Amino acid sequence: MTKLVYFAWVRERVGKPDETIDLPGSVTTVAALLDWQKTRGEVYAHAFEHASVIRVALDKTHAGHDAALGDAREIAFFPPMTGG
Amino acid sequence: MKGRSVPGATIRIQRDPFDVPAETARLTAGRADIGGVVAFTGLCRDEGGRLRALELEHYPGMAEDEIARVAQTALARWPLLGLTAIHRFGMIAPGEDIVLVIAASAHRRAAFEAADFMMDYLKTRAPFWKREHLIDGTTGAWVESKAEDDAAAARW
Repeated sequence: MTKLVYFAWVRERVGKPDETIDLPGSVTTVAALLDWQKTRGEVYAHAFEHASVIRVALDKTHAGHDAALGDAREIAFFPPMTGG
Repeated sequence: MKGRSVPGATIRIQRDPFDVPAETARLTAGRADIGGVVAFTGLCRDEGGRLRALELEHYPGMAEDEIARVAQTALARWPLLGLTAIHRFGMIAPGEDIVLVIAASAHRRAAFEAADFMMDYLKTRAPFWKREHLIDGTTGAWVESKAEDDAAAARW
């Protein structure tokens, strides 16, 4: 099981802050996971419509879209950061 | 209030306001080797009277980790004698403080550069997101990231 967490407008579009699910075995990279999210219904298709701008963190560490998921237990999705 | 342990640095993510003179004094108290302290405070603007508050969302745990990583890089790069980074979250009204970076060194250049570096990196790497709450009572848009912030971080 993998915990998926969402922040800011990604969280609002998905409609929940987190969920725990079984990822398909074929989803092994960040890019594949973003593509898969789009297939999970209208809400997800809308949330991940502009997947290229969505940032991903694997176990609280920034990861590029080409990164392998490895055995990450918590995967976060969020817009570019606007702190400071 | 949550802290992260980085030897030589103080990192805190908190809802409450911070006290800049007290945080500065904490770095300099009881020592005579510090020759310069640079403190940067980021404040919430009212955006021409439009804004009632900024809401800052963050990723607990990762926010501390990322700022700690940036602090470690700064400590490795400049001869610092003290480093503090505090970032607030929650609802912040115009005029209130949002973020504080304090760098102390024997000489001013390292303190100026390290504080500048910390802010540039913190803005592009620390998982915080701002949303506007407007004076008319409505919730405005999520603040969009700026290309100039990425360009500023790329200078280093």
